[in-house]
Amino acid sequence: MVVFEKPHALTDVPLHYCPGCTHGIVHRLVAEAIDELGIEGQTIGIAPVGCSVMAYDYFNCDMIEAAHGRAPAVATGVKRADPDNHIVFTYQGDGDLASIGMAETVHAAARNENITVIFINNAIYGMTGGQMAPTSLPGQVTQTSPYGRDTSHCGYPIRVCEMLATLEGPEYLERVTVNNVANVRKAKKAIKKAFQNQIDKKGFSLIEVVSSCPTNWGMTPQDALKWIDDNMLPYYPLGVYKDRSAKEEK
Amino acid sequence: MAKLKFKTDFCKGCGLCVDACPKKLLKLATDKINKKGHHPAEITDQDSCTGCTSCAIMCPDCVITVER
Repeated sequence: MVVFEKPHALTDVPLHYCPGCTHGIVHRLVAEAIDELGIEGQTIGIAPVGCSVMAYDYFNCDMIEAAHGRAPAVATGVKRADPDNHIVFTYQGDGDLASIGMAETVHAAARNENITVIFINNAIYGMTGGQMAPTSLPGQVTQTSPYGRDTSHCGYPIRVCEMLATLEGPEYLERVTVNNVANVRKAKKAIKKAFQNQIDKKGFSLIEVVSSCPTNWGMTPQDALKWIDDNMLPYYPLGVYKDRSAKEEK
Repeated sequence: MAKLKFKTDFCKGCGLCVDACPKKLLKLATDKINKKGHHPAEITDQDSCTGCTSCAIMCPDCVITVER
């Protein structure tokens, strides 16, 4: 009996990501959630600009490529056009969601749009070659901060989940990571819940996945996963930041 | 009995599966090179594998299929 195989919602195309990049794991978790909820035929994904720009080649559902950062705005349109029959998700990196697309993200959350947002936070711009992102850690060495991010003139990294949790709008906000087997299982649960919330018409769900970028961090895939534990998680603590339904049930 | 199948040409030799295996049964085949030019992952002792799926869960490229 087959107990683990590539989910049906992923196409049989080899991923273009670097060796050890956790984008592949998150793609699979999204596809598994789509498979398990049986929503492949009605799901529409919105691809971002960034490393995951070619996500439209990898998911078996319908996909739309949005302008840089505008995935939540495109998702709003798609969802509102046929709210009962479409399940809409966006898949965005930190350069897309937390930098150029910050306005779209915040307003989609504030309006409590009934969409699912998968947010990959790897603290760097991957596709363009490793520049400093809004989420780069203080002191982190990148192409544009060769002496480490200097907070005196670059400011501090943005914690997206905490910031959105101050809004009345969003239904569900959780930060997860995929740096070991146990955390991947938890991430899967969170992503599935984010899709279930949309099916139940609860509203805006955002799952932030703390990810690695071995190539631009300049380390092996194994060291990158350890770097998440040592450096990313102290600044970006895991957990549920908002769960409105659970709060109301109490 | 558990059985692992590898889609070898999809493997990028990142080794995340090697570290994930609780019984340390996987290795990168340094004597082989796949289409992409990487040393693909392979199992050293199929009989000892319990089919826990840890390797497949950590694989970013869905290389591994697990049967039990």
